[in-house]
Amino acid sequence: MSATAAPPQAPAPAEPPVHRPALRKKLVPYWLLLPGIVWLLVFFVLPMAYQASTSVQTGSLEEGFQVTWHFRTYWDALTEYYPQFLRSLLYAGTATALCLLLGYPLAYLIAFKAGRWRNLLLVLVIAPFFTSFLIRTLAWKTILADGGPVVGALNTIGFLDVTSWLGMTEGDRVLATPLAVVCGLTYNFLPFMILPLYTSLERIDTRLHEAAGDLYATPATTFRKVTFPLSMPGVVSGTLLTFIPASGDYVNAELLGSTDTRMIGNVIQSQYLRILDYPTAAALSFILMAVVLVMVTIYIRRAGTEDLV
Amino acid sequence: MQWLRRNLVVIAGLCTLAYLILPNVVVTVFSFNNPTGRFNYAWQEFSLDAWKDPCGVADLCGSLALSLQIALWATIGATVLGAMIAFALVRYRFRARGAVNSLIFLPMAMPEIVMAASLLALFLNMGVQLGFWTILIAHVMFCLSFVVAAVKARVLSMDPRLEEAARDLYAGPVQTFLRVTLPIAAPGIAAGALLSFALSFDDFIITNFNSGNTVTFPMFVWGSAQRGTPVQINVIGTAMFVIAVLVVVVGQMVGTRRKKAQHK
Repeated sequence: MSATAAPPQAPAPAEPPVHRPALRKKLVPYWLLLPGIVWLLVFFVLPMAYQASTSVQTGSLEEGFQVTWHFRTYWDALTEYYPQFLRSLLYAGTATALCLLLGYPLAYLIAFKAGRWRNLLLVLVIAPFFTSFLIRTLAWKTILADGGPVVGALNTIGFLDVTSWLGMTEGDRVLATPLAVVCGLTYNFLPFMILPLYTSLERIDTRLHEAAGDLYATPATTFRKVTFPLSMPGVVSGTLLTFIPASGDYVNAELLGSTDTRMIGNVIQSQYLRILDYPTAAALSFILMAVVLVMVTIYIRRAGTEDLV
Repeated sequence: MQWLRRNLVVIAGLCTLAYLILPNVVVTVFSFNNPTGRFNYAWQEFSLDAWKDPCGVADLCGSLALSLQIALWATIGATVLGAMIAFALVRYRFRARGAVNSLIFLPMAMPEIVMAASLLALFLNMGVQLGFWTILIAHVMFCLSFVVAAVKARVLSMDPRLEEAARDLYAGPVQTFLRVTLPIAAPGIAAGALLSFALSFDDFIITNFNSGNTVTFPMFVWGSAQRGTPVQINVIGTAMFVIAVLVVVVGQMVGTRRKKAQHK
């Protein structure tokens, strides 16, 4: 398509391009954009409109659905499924915080301390991606198996007492508890946190660390006043890249959790694909989109101003 | 104690790395398992059976072939469309740039399930038969933005004076594009294409909603989590991991050798 948009190769190159029709040249970017943008409009924007219309339809599978502007669906969906909504936000938020806590040291290690091991470590961070994430999530069923070594060790050091006090586990089980789901979410989205963190840490001039040291800053102060503020872009994009997919995920809750850990993604999936209650599913998915977009916008605003201070 | 404090970051970082790698180790080890029941979650005994017969489970290799096929076409589609958008965004000034930029950004800022569900709403309302084509359409859609981001980053970092120089040397626009712009943008395009392939091949959520009865490899794994997980799944997971790491390592080695050759 770009070939038709670009003017044919000029046979007489000595001629200045005055004779070329100006309008044609002006249209080049639009021709370049056309196919991709049309694709996005038809298969991304238009579906949103259809989803909006589906959410205010009523009817049944046998008789078909009609648009009746039935906004009550939203109210009913919210009152029935608000626990799953809150749970999704809670799990996704916890997983994001854990990703930041676990990912920061590794990104820091790769950026400043790895030396010639840097590329190897980066490959090791990305490599798990190459095995289908469903297979890797299933592996957690083995790792967290009841009575297995991991659960035994967590029990011995008293970790499970803490998590059960927090309401994240029950007894000496980890599988089918909120802890297992959060652990799976954290694991699945950790690389999305590490890579942006690494990118922004790697850009920091190490002489700034030396300068801070010369000015009698302790390593902790250097980190708090120099390194961490400079890595804020990575922190912001990393937390977004973790939180957004985690909030809509249903794979971890389905494979590692139980019926008590269902997230909003599980509800939408089963409403659409099993129960076939399309209006409720569409309304829930719309609410999820709105909640995430609002939270993301507020967060970017907030983080943006903090970045300047 | 002093040593521990100084190396705290290294220790914490390596712990995180272990957390990241552990499931892959488990997947690999359990590809040599000989489970007694239908599920491959508990270790029984060492066996090479699954490695000798990786396609021994019905539909497994068919789903793998289908996933590769979809990933290939989705990559081609998304890379061509995405690279064109990226060139237009970086090299031209036109109206509606802001709108185009947000349209590209939005699919990346939305939970996958929202796109999956709304696309299904479109197909249901239109009465489209779900299957190969609906999966392909969906994959091109969500890979597109990632290609645009990758190519844009690369083209933005290249010096526009190179193109001006080519034009000063009487290269036509097509020649400038083919001889100057495209070779410089190639690493960005390659990165976008690789990312698309990986995203499409491993996509589950959007495929789950829009595949109908068509079974891709992730769909097969999902189904097997309910019916029983054959060891062959782990064999394929391990093989993919090994192949991909080999490709990366060989690519790195070729890259460094070329760099060294250039410096000589």
